[in-house]
Amino acid sequence: MPHVLLIEDDASVRDGMELVLRRHGYAIDTAATGEEALALLDGPAGRKVELAVLDLMLPGMDGFEVCRRIRARTTALPIIMLTARGDDQDIVTGLEAGADDYVVKPVTAPVLEARIRAALRRAEPSAPVRGTEAGLAGLVIDRAGLTVTKHGVPVPLPPTELRLLLELSASPGRVFSREQLLESVWDHTFLGDSRLVDAAVGRLRAKLEDVPAKPRYVQTVRGFGYRFGPL
Amino acid sequence: MKRRSRRLVGGLRLRLVVAFILVALVSAVTSTALAYRDARTAVLQRTQNTAVHDLREQVEEVAADFDIPPDQRSLSRFAAKVSDGIGARLVVARYQDRVAVSDSRAETEERITPELRTAVHIGDEARFQRVMWRGEPYLVVGMPVKYADGDRRASGLEVFSIGDLRAERDDTAALLDSVRAGTVPVVLLAAVLALLAAGTVLRPVRKLGRATRELAAGDLGSRVAVTGHDELADLARTFNETADALQASDAELREQEARARRFVADVSHELRTPLAAMTMVATVLEEDADQLPPDAARAARTVGAETARLARLVEDLMEISRFDAKAVRLNAAETDLADTVRASLALRGWTDRVRTHLDEGVRAVVDRRRVDVIVANLVGNALRHGAPPVTVTLRTERRDRAADGTDGAGGEWVTLEVADHGPGIPAQARERVFDRFYKADESRTRGAADDSGQGSGLGTAIALENARLHGGTIDVSDVSDVSDVSDASGTGGGSRRGAVFTLRIPLRRTEEEAE
Repeated sequence: MPHVLLIEDDASVRDGMELVLRRHGYAIDTAATGEEALALLDGPAGRKVELAVLDLMLPGMDGFEVCRRIRARTTALPIIMLTARGDDQDIVTGLEAGADDYVVKPVTAPVLEARIRAALRRAEPSAPVRGTEAGLAGLVIDRAGLTVTKHGVPVPLPPTELRLLLELSASPGRVFSREQLLESVWDHTFLGDSRLVDAAVGRLRAKLEDVPAKPRYVQTVRGFGYRFGPL
Repeated sequence: MKRRSRRLVGGLRLRLVVAFILVALVSAVTSTALAYRDARTAVLQRTQNTAVHDLREQVEEVAADFDIPPDQRSLSRFAAKVSDGIGARLVVARYQDRVAVSDSRAETEERITPELRTAVHIGDEARFQRVMWRGEPYLVVGMPVKYADGDRRASGLEVFSIGDLRAERDDTAALLDSVRAGTVPVVLLAAVLALLAAGTVLRPVRKLGRATRELAAGDLGSRVAVTGHDELADLARTFNETADALQASDAELREQEARARRFVADVSHELRTPLAAMTMVATVLEEDADQLPPDAARAARTVGAETARLARLVEDLMEISRFDAKAVRLNAAETDLADTVRASLALRGWTDRVRTHLDEGVRAVVDRRRVDVIVANLVGNALRHGAPPVTVTLRTERRDRAADGTDGAGGEWVTLEVADHGPGIPAQARERVFDRFYKADESRTRGAADDSGQGSGLGTAIALENARLHGGTIDVSDVSDVSDVSDASGTGGGSRRGAVFTLRIPLRRTEEEAE
């Protein structure tokens, strides 16, 4: 029974989500504020939480800050933002703060549930991975153990960034379009937001690259997408 | 250009110059004529008086020792003496039939007219007459000589003197000449003054004209500087007041409009939270509808469907509000358009209901989500309001600069045609199709229970805004208007009708991408 933390200030929306997700077999914890959510994650129940659904508009500490603080505590927890459509800046800021995905309010139950399922799948250790190990200039990706080290130093990566790196490094030098990556990493069918990819690549580079503005591992192919290497 | 030349011919400046010159001419000519007449009269008067007076004096002096009746010799001597006394003017003395002329070679008969002779003969005063003889003016004075003593009877002796008036004529002619010579500078001066006067009038008029044009062009801040207190200054002041009022009411209107738009945005925003809760739980109702009593099941399904519709409406309202607030951004990346169209159709389960003719490999820099919105709206409309088959055609075309009269640059364009075979859209409704909440002719609206659901009424407006965001347009026409619509595989034959929506966006291949 996957354990989901709902962080949403509006009681009706929170109750609605809880109702729907419970019916689909999730265990739910709820928090009305960011502070409450962080306290819960720090408490004994926190270890059971496998995914957070985070409303960006919260009283007190806003969703971006909550997102950053969760990421500072753990890289492993997938975060799905709840946002208003078209508040483009919010989406970009939220993704930069470390969110794995976002859904637009008002969201229907099937869409929310599909996104949660996809995010959880990315975080599963048993996710199918091709190959065993890949390496490039000091970067070692243990595809079985799902760890990444750079010059022997472990680089902790959140599930989405790890999956993205695994996907790219499975075929070094091959160019992946954003759409392909959205489908393979995010499980989005058509019309995923390519900014999800761009934001995840940005976060990945910040952790891997020596100079994120001049990436060596994850390179941009203008007009097409991204590729892993070559140097 | 045309206005300029017309202004040169009929302009205020020319009219002023002509009027000034006319006034100067008329006053110059009138005053000259009056002065000339008076001067000429005065000159002649003086000459005549002098001539009469001289003759009388001389005659009296010479006649004092003159015997009546005279013989021919004494008469001649008399004439000669008188002539000497009055400056060698020609003198004619007559006594009955005897005539003596001071200069025997001169012809005098024609210059002393019968009228003058008669007047002198029957009168007892000196008479004079101006005559023209051989093209020259002469003054002829005649007087009867009377006895100096007693009753001053007429002696029968008559004396005439003939003096020429050439000097006087030349004097007055010189006067005319100098007046004529003076008129030219006066007229020129008048013209210059007219130009100056025109300048002082026209400069403010021109300024006012420029300000008015600026105002008409939309610059409501256009004002003119008011100088002086004349009628033009009043006009300028009135103009400024009018512009002030216009600007104020324009600002007020804009403010009202902005407030109305903010209100729509705020309302939509506020609606979203309850709608989020409703949308979430509506699924539960719909999932469990089968287990509910029939009425409750129907109610549950209605709630579910209408919640979805309301959500769509609010979403569209917010989207159009963002366009109104210019808070939209193109999230563009190079995209395969045929793939995009196919995916849009597949996502909505329309693949089997729509015939497609898509040029493959057309890649352009577009915002995929926005292109999807356009395709979904146009195809959704065609399915909902038109009749099958619905055809989607994607191709590129090269357009010369504004070759078809529409705006936009030349170069390659992507066109996406969505054609249906329904009744079409009446011509008068076409330009309103993109209005918000506009519902075309009833015949285009099928039952509300259509499977794809109702549009929000904002779909075409949003599609158009999205097309414009790409620098493109959406046109609407009827199949019959489009000569090469569809292709040979169109099965409708000759009786095809229906609406055609055509999206045109400029084909841009590469561009800086958001990293």
